[in-house]
Amino acid sequence: MSADVTKVDQAGEPVAGRTEGEATATPSGPPVGGAAPRREGGLAGFLSGPAGRNAGLVLALLLLVVVGIITAGDRFASPENALTILRLGSVIGVVSVGMTFVISGGGIDLSVGAIVALSSVWATTVATQTMAANYHWIVLVFAALVVGAVCGLVNGVLIAYGRMAPFIATLAMLAAARGLAEIIAKRRTQIIRERGFIDFFGGSVLGIPVLVIMFAIVAVVGWVLLNRTTFGRRTLAIGGNPEAARLAGIRVQRQTMYLYILLGVACGIAAVMIMARTTTGTSTHGTLYELDAIAAVVIGGTLLSGGRGTIVGTVLGVLIFTTLTNVFTLNNLDTSTQAVAKGAIIVAAVLLQQRVSRTRSG
Amino acid sequence: MSASLSRSTKRIAVLAVALSSALVAAGCTSNDPATTPAASTQQASNAVSDNDAPGKKVVIGFSGPAADHGWLAAVNNSALAEAKKYSDIELKAAEGTNDASAQIAQIETFINDKVDAIVLLPTDGAALTEIATKAMQAGIPVINVDREFSSPFAARATILGDNYGMGVSAGTYACKIVKDKNLTNPVIAEIAGIDALPLTQDRSKGFADALKACNQTVDNRVAAEFTVESGEKQASNLLQAAPKIDVLWNHDDDQGVGVMAALDQANRHEMAFIGGAGSANAMRWIQEGKMEATVIYPPTQAADGIKLARLIAQNKGLSDLVQVEVPNRVVLNAPVVTKENVEQYLPLGFES
Repeated sequence: MSADVTKVDQAGEPVAGRTEGEATATPSGPPVGGAAPRREGGLAGFLSGPAGRNAGLVLALLLLVVVGIITAGDRFASPENALTILRLGSVIGVVSVGMTFVISGGGIDLSVGAIVALSSVWATTVATQTMAANYHWIVLVFAALVVGAVCGLVNGVLIAYGRMAPFIATLAMLAAARGLAEIIAKRRTQIIRERGFIDFFGGSVLGIPVLVIMFAIVAVVGWVLLNRTTFGRRTLAIGGNPEAARLAGIRVQRQTMYLYILLGVACGIAAVMIMARTTTGTSTHGTLYELDAIAAVVIGGTLLSGGRGTIVGTVLGVLIFTTLTNVFTLNNLDTSTQAVAKGAIIVAAVLLQQRVSRTRSG
Repeated sequence: MSASLSRSTKRIAVLAVALSSALVAAGCTSNDPATTPAASTQQASNAVSDNDAPGKKVVIGFSGPAADHGWLAAVNNSALAEAKKYSDIELKAAEGTNDASAQIAQIETFINDKVDAIVLLPTDGAALTEIATKAMQAGIPVINVDREFSSPFAARATILGDNYGMGVSAGTYACKIVKDKNLTNPVIAEIAGIDALPLTQDRSKGFADALKACNQTVDNRVAAEFTVESGEKQASNLLQAAPKIDVLWNHDDDQGVGVMAALDQANRHEMAFIGGAGSANAMRWIQEGKMEATVIYPPTQAADGIKLARLIAQNKGLSDLVQVEVPNRVVLNAPVVTKENVEQYLPLGFES
């Protein structure tokens, strides 16, 4: 096993952020830690590199901020509003970081919203809350994480060992998990009675909401995991070219399963966060999270086909969508216009991505 | 519409009329036992009216949207509970769905099964109009609940909450607050439900129209999705958009749980917070003083729909009306629940 790891290291190291297959197929230029673009060709080359892609996203975000400041002035440019945006983005942000791993690994997970719902419901049932009242509110957190992990495990086993298409397996989980959440909650909204839980996760440390700190920690851990560990390199390897990864000695099935468990745990964390935000657990939590998360990941620059993933891009993607909603609300614009703008951004991002990949192959 | 009644239904109708006239003769006609000579016996049997006495066995098909939030769950549960109270009702309850075509299939099944009446809370009134009309043509009376069909031929009776009236009640109450507090330039905010639904548009229109009466307009408006999460999200942004709010009307008490969480989080309780629908949570908040008022949107409509369906299938009328047939249209009132009258409404409040 250790021999396998070294192999991957050697193959993966120079191109963190690139696929194994491509790495071996186009050994052009010296490896520069993956941060700098490897291809000459001026602007297009720059844009195709991770730094360039992120610069584009930062530009888009800055544009939104400028629009916000012009149209809403101090109401937008206040520290409270900045924290509001971060707090609103934190839940979907955690899910999106997890989603980045699954998509980079060549998969997709449509069940994240349903898993968030099921975790939140399971963690707030009378039984769980009674247990929490007897011991500590941390029981709620464990319940949510365990439920998320188990759902992820089921997804992972079905996809990796059951050889089901990720789309289908997670679609099944989407239906089943939300259904189970409805059954357990009897379609009611379960109010959390543990004040300790609400106070902790609803509170702030040094003026920064705990939820935002959690998002930051998840993002940093995600970044390190994806960019600085063998786990991350294996993820990109199986996403880029599973066959090459297998030949390189990676246990593709096991790695695939790990990715879904990881995302499941992220959903559990998100469930804890949403429970704290809303003070409830209910089967309607996490509605359409799958689309929001996939959208954020894709506009962030992670390849939908796998093999390339960027946590920074995902975080920027989440912030762009959340800021967009905020700016629209501050200007009293309706949600329908918002949805159109959101759609336009996704299309623009994907078109840009296609251009980039065409420049690459051309 | 009675022309479409089948012969057997007519025969049974005659029987039912005969039976009820016999009961009339026995003197138990009214909801107010004190006025009848047979008052004591009626109180003993605890019957509200002779309409509740077991009649012809009727099969009622019930179909509604998926109960994905507290209000709809309460609608479904109260309908099922109401049906159980009557030994002469056999209820066929279809699985709740938000898919109009699935619901159409359910109604087709009811028609094939030749049920005696259909109680239908459509996912989308317009989309279910065609199939409801077919059921009516097949001689099955359809009772339309909450979301109205686009054709009057599609239902024998329609029972609705008053969405426009809800907005009017909320707006009128907001005007009262503005007047009572003597606010010169009040900030009035609104958190609507799903904007694409006609019911949301009706509520907002009613609210705006009522505010017009006291020369006010909605300053900030956001639309949530009837879920706790969306309520929290929209409210958080709204609170940033409006640094100070005097009156806040939230269309729906289910999403209100999220709105309240956002208010608590931001520590913003300066406004008079008015809710909508009338959940038990909202009523408890009113008791605690955390909420100013809520406007009722009765979750018992489908239960009333079941009752009406039974009466129509048994050819009975509403005992409190002189008219011998069930009315075509019943629009429920949208009263405002405040601290003063909350005790009275608490039993009607649904758990979200």
